[in-house]
Amino acid sequence: MQLSINSGIDGSRPEGFSATLVDLDRGDAAILDRIDLPGEDARRLMELGFLPGATITAGRSAPGGDPQVFQVDGSEIALRRETARRLKIRRAPARGTRERM
Amino acid sequence: MSGCSDCNSCGSAAVLPFPGAKAAPKAVALIGPPNSGKTTLFNRLTGLRQKVANFPGVTVEQHTGLVELADGRSLQVIDLPGVYSLVPRSEDERIAHDVLRGLREDSPKPEAVLLVLDSTNLGRHLMLAAPILSLGLPTLVILNMADDLRSRGGQLDLKALSAQLGAPVALVSARQGEGIGQVLDFLAGAMPKPAPKELPILQDVRKCRAWAGEVGSQAHYRAPIPPRWTRRLDALFLHPVAGPLVFVAVVVALFQTIFSIADPSQDAVDWLVRISAGWVKLVLPDSLFRSLLLDGVWKGVGSVVVFLPQILLLFLFIGILEDSGYLARAALIADRTMARVGLQGKSFIPLLSAHACAVPAIMSTRTIENRRDRFATILIAPLMTCSARFQVYSLIIAAFLPNRHLLGALLSARTAAMIGLYVLGFAMAVATAKVLKSSILKSGRTPFLLEMPSYRWPTVQSLGLRLYDRAKVFLYRAGTVILLVSVILWMAENVPTKHGKMPPIQESLAGTVGHTIEPAIRPLGLNWQVGIGLITAVFARETMIATLATLYGTEPDTKSLDLQKALRHDLTPAGAVALLIFFAFAMQCISTIAVVRRETGGWKWPALQFVYMSVLAYAGAFLAFHLLS
Repeated sequence: MQLSINSGIDGSRPEGFSATLVDLDRGDAAILDRIDLPGEDARRLMELGFLPGATITAGRSAPGGDPQVFQVDGSEIALRRETARRLKIRRAPARGTRERM
Repeated sequence: MSGCSDCNSCGSAAVLPFPGAKAAPKAVALIGPPNSGKTTLFNRLTGLRQKVANFPGVTVEQHTGLVELADGRSLQVIDLPGVYSLVPRSEDERIAHDVLRGLREDSPKPEAVLLVLDSTNLGRHLMLAAPILSLGLPTLVILNMADDLRSRGGQLDLKALSAQLGAPVALVSARQGEGIGQVLDFLAGAMPKPAPKELPILQDVRKCRAWAGEVGSQAHYRAPIPPRWTRRLDALFLHPVAGPLVFVAVVVALFQTIFSIADPSQDAVDWLVRISAGWVKLVLPDSLFRSLLLDGVWKGVGSVVVFLPQILLLFLFIGILEDSGYLARAALIADRTMARVGLQGKSFIPLLSAHACAVPAIMSTRTIENRRDRFATILIAPLMTCSARFQVYSLIIAAFLPNRHLLGALLSARTAAMIGLYVLGFAMAVATAKVLKSSILKSGRTPFLLEMPSYRWPTVQSLGLRLYDRAKVFLYRAGTVILLVSVILWMAENVPTKHGKMPPIQESLAGTVGHTIEPAIRPLGLNWQVGIGLITAVFARETMIATLATLYGTEPDTKSLDLQKALRHDLTPAGAVALLIFFAFAMQCISTIAVVRRETGGWKWPALQFVYMSVLAYAGAFLAFHLLS
C-alpha cells in the first residue's frame, strides 16, 4: 500500500483520492478520466461532450461557486458541485489551455 | 443499448433521390440538437403559416408549418423536438424517432429530412448526423450560424463534408436569412446530390464522437475561436457581485416597465373602445339589441382588451431575455436559491414566464428532465402573478389606493402594492414547493445540466412571431369565452322581464344567483356582484372584470359611475384586500387546469392543485378580512 499521498492533480494519487472537476480553479484545464455516475446520467453527460479523454476547462460560476460552467467540446455546460464531484480528472495540462475540436 | 445511432438492420446510409426527378416531398421533418437554431430556421421557412398542437397521448408539442416553394407548391414542415441522439429514451427522442420512421399515425411519414447543426460546434453536433443519415431518407445537412462561424474565424470545406456524409450540405444563417435559397432548392428537388456513402454503425457515444471528429477533420473543419462577446458579457453577468445585481435589476426593470409604460397604451386602447361604443350608440336606435351590444359586449370584452398592450410587453421582455441567451445565465444564478426549496435553476425559467401566463410556463417545464422537479414546478407555477391576475389587481388597486409617490418619483404606492402581491404569490409558491419537495415529490439525484448558449441579438422576426401568437390567443379568448360570458350575464340580468322591461337587478336571474351564494362569500367581506364575478372568473380570471363591468353598468345606483368608483362604493378596504388575496391564491383558469392535466397525464394532479389553491384562497381571504376589519 502506498503511504505517501501526493497532493496536486497529477494523477499519481491512489484510487479514491483522485481529483475531480471541483478541484479546478477558473481557467484550469484537465483531462476527464471517468464519470462516476449511473449509466443513464453518464451518457447524458457524454452526449454533451464529457467523454473520457476530453479536455475540460473550468469557467465562471454562479455566486458562491455553485453551479459552475465548464468548457468542453466547444460548448459551455453548467454543472452543480454534487455532479462535478463525480467527474474524475487525470492531469492538468498547462493553465489556460483551450479545448479544440 | 448505447450509442448515438439507433442501430437496427441498416449499416449504410444510401441517400435516395426523391421519387420522381422534379417531384417535391409532401412532408419534411426538421431535426437538430438543442441550441442549433432549429426554431429560427423553422420560423424563417414557414413564417406565419404555423400550427402548434400536441402529439396525442404524449406531452410533446407538434409544430407544423407550411413552406412555399418558388413554383407555388407548398409542403408541410414538421419541427421535431431538439435531441442529441435518436436512441428513444426520453419522450422527445421517442417522438423524433417514431416520426422519422413513419411509426406515428397522427403524423405523415416525412419524405425528406432537414438536419440542422450548429456550424460553430460541428464536432459535437455531427454526432447526430450518423443516425439521421442511416434512416435512408433524402437529407439536407444544414450548417446553421454561418455568420458566427465566419466572424469567429472558423471554416470548413463544404464539398469535402458533403462527400464524407454522402448528403448535400448547406451553410446557412437562419437568423440573417443567408442560404435559405439552398434549403428551398433542396426541397424543390433541384439540389445536386453527392454519391451515397457507407456510414459505420456506431454503438457508443465515444465511437460516435470519434467518427464525427474524423469527418470534421476530413472536411478541414477549423473550429471558431470562443465567442469573445459571450466571454465579455459573462464576465459581467456571471460576476460574483455584479451578476446578481444585474439579475435583480432585470427582474425589477421588467415589472417597472410593464407598470409604467403600459399605462398610456392602455388608455389608448380604452379610448378606442369608448369611441367605438359611441359610434354604436349613434348608429343603432335605442333597443334591447343596442343594450346587449353596449352593456354586454362592449363593456365586457372592452374591459379586458385594454390589457393587450401590457401582456404583449411582458411577452416581449421574456422573449428578448430568452432569445438573447440571458435566461440561461439567470437560471444559473437562480439555481442555488431554487435548490434551497428543493427545485433547480431550470425551474426558474417557467416560474418567470408564469408571470405572463401559466399555460406556456407549464409547457416550458419540459426542459426539466427530472420528473419530480418538473411536477413540483407545474404545481407552483399557477401561484405566480400572471397577466390575468395583474388585470384584476390593477383594477382593485386603482380603485382603492390613491396614486401617491413613496420614494420620490421612483415608486408609487400603487406599484408598491402590486409588487407586494407579486411577492405574496411568489412566497406562497416557494412555501408550497418546499412542502412538496420534502414530501410527495421528494426526488433522488439527477445531475443538473445546463448548456450556456452564446449571446445573440434576438431577431425582430422571432419576437414578432411570439407576440403575434400571444395576441391571437388573447383576442381569441376575449372573442369567445369572455364574449360568451358577457352575453350570458347580460341575459341573466334581463330575465325574468317585468312588464316587458328589464327587472330591477336584485330580482333578475343574476341577482338571484348572486344572493344565493352571498352567504358563502359574506365572511370574506364580499358582496353578491363580486360573488358572480368569482363564479365567472373560474373560466379565466380577467372575466371577473368584464362581469363586474356588466353588472355595475346596468345597476341604477352605479350605472353612472365608472367601475372603480362602483367598487369603492360597494366594498370596504378590508373586503378589497380579501378579494386581492383570494385572487392571489385561487386557481381560476380553465386553460391552466387543462394544460396541467395534459402535462401530468391525468386528473390527479390538477384536482389536487385546484383543491389546494381554493382552500388557500378562501382561508387567506377570510383571515385578511377579519384581521383588517
